[in-house]
Amino acid sequence: MADRPRPYLALLRGQASAQASYRISFAIDLGTNVVATMLDVLTVLVLFRVTKALGGFTLREAMVMVGLTAFAFAAADLMVGNIERVKLYVNTGRLDAVLVRPLGVLPQLLLMDIPIRKAARSVFGATVLAVALASAGIDWTAARVGLVAFALAGGVLFFGSIFVATASVAFWWIESGEIGNAFTYGGREFTTYPINIYSGWFRRVFAYGLGFGFVAYYPALALLGRTDPLGLPGWVGYAAPGVSIVVAAVAAAVWRVGVRHYRSTGS
Amino acid sequence: MSVIEARGLRKEFTVRVKRSRLRREKRVVPAVDGVDLTVARGEMLGYIGPNGAGKSTTLKMMTGVLMPSAGEVRVCGYTPVPQRTKLARRIGVVFGQRSQLWWDLPLRDSFDLLRHIFRVPAVDHASRLRRCRDLLDLDEFIDIPVRQLSLGQRMRGELTAALLHGPEVLFLDEPTIGLDVVSKQAVRSFLTEVGARGDTTLVLTTHDLADIERLCQRLVVIDHGRVVHDGTIEALHARYGSRRRVVVDLDEPVASFGGATVEADGRRLVFEVDGSAAAVVARLGGLPGLRDIAILEPDIEEVVARLYKAATEDAP
Repeated sequence: MADRPRPYLALLRGQASAQASYRISFAIDLGTNVVATMLDVLTVLVLFRVTKALGGFTLREAMVMVGLTAFAFAAADLMVGNIERVKLYVNTGRLDAVLVRPLGVLPQLLLMDIPIRKAARSVFGATVLAVALASAGIDWTAARVGLVAFALAGGVLFFGSIFVATASVAFWWIESGEIGNAFTYGGREFTTYPINIYSGWFRRVFAYGLGFGFVAYYPALALLGRTDPLGLPGWVGYAAPGVSIVVAAVAAAVWRVGVRHYRSTGS
Repeated sequence: MSVIEARGLRKEFTVRVKRSRLRREKRVVPAVDGVDLTVARGEMLGYIGPNGAGKSTTLKMMTGVLMPSAGEVRVCGYTPVPQRTKLARRIGVVFGQRSQLWWDLPLRDSFDLLRHIFRVPAVDHASRLRRCRDLLDLDEFIDIPVRQLSLGQRMRGELTAALLHGPEVLFLDEPTIGLDVVSKQAVRSFLTEVGARGDTTLVLTTHDLADIERLCQRLVVIDHGRVVHDGTIEALHARYGSRRRVVVDLDEPVASFGGATVEADGRRLVFEVDGSAAAVVARLGGLPGLRDIAILEPDIEEVVARLYKAATEDAP
């Protein structure tokens, strides 16, 4: 058994020992992430000091959306967030070395950085969610307990797919710069709040067109037992996380086409 | 049996040319423009051409890095891009600038990780590594992190890394670029050794024609994405009429000598010969004050330079 080759585990091991040779830089990264996490807490607290209700939702109700988003985004960022490094690999042509190994491109890139420093944010997200679920006065049923798990899995998959899809832009447009962040971090901001506070084409495009409305808003409605002020039927909340599967399929297709579109550089 | 088979292989890139401040024109540039190539098992093939001729692009299409725009290519029976991971197990790749090694780890650790990545049985891995360690003198730096190695040491590490899974074809993109004389020699004799066993096919691109002379029986010259020569080095010389020269230095000047060009105030005779120089040398016996005789092989650099120039002039 000891000799059984485990390619991905080997990549992980290699990366871990490589990163271990930069202890100080790790400490600094961890420090900045803890500070950023504390700022996340402050943002939420400040927002609700200013207003008592948001889009007809009380602070406690809205916190369910905040918590779902915070955890799903942080967990996705922890697992696939470093895919944005593909830009660097495409730009410098280092993707060549990745492509000549007998392993998938996506998992290889994901294992080329172990972002332990980002773990703090997932812990924070989980805490916010737990507090929100406990204090929102939810009438717990077996279906709702199941929905929490489904919504979290869907949310992580959803944000993970957004990370992959936006990172794929680099295959076509080398100077893609920070455009992906508009959808990743912008998307996180969008799903943090009830979508009925947005209006017109903006809501239609982001909430329904791109699916951000189904990450936290609709599952939260179902958990809270509230009807949708925007008029969709109640079962939508329970089905909403399923949208992530469609999004993931689209992201996977974009990624595949992107890898084939890779142009490499120089010699 | 052929391990590489390319038919009408083509790769185009779209480049945007700036016309004015706002207008940009799209232009399609063929980097590889219809390459046909068949390489048999165990061959050692030198693939040369001026900068931008399409050498690296061809190699990248054969290794599954780049998707061809048109044409077909099969390596070890696989279509490289769709069957990339299967192909990766059967080929070894050394792209000089794109390291397969872990920058922050000692070579020894990189080799061990590669064993897992390529799923190589421990016994095979150990015997291949032992052979490389002996032939490439890896032991003196095998425990030093790769980032601290010299270019020559790193290249020896890259060669080992590419061979540990026992590939059928080894692709090398400029394996001697930037190396000092000693390291170049080490790389060349190692590759000679690898090729001599006859079970590994070698395809290498280079700008250093000494690599080709030392290593390759077959030479493919590419320019503007097209094959302009495919054959032995001798065939190339024959085609471009390059000949061996016999240079004779004399103490006493002569006015003329049959078949020779007279240089240096009659103190030097230069003969151009096809094939054996014996007949010319035999005739020299009667010359007074014969000081030195040198037989110069045709200079491949010169031939190739002429070939590149001719190809450029032919191009539209």
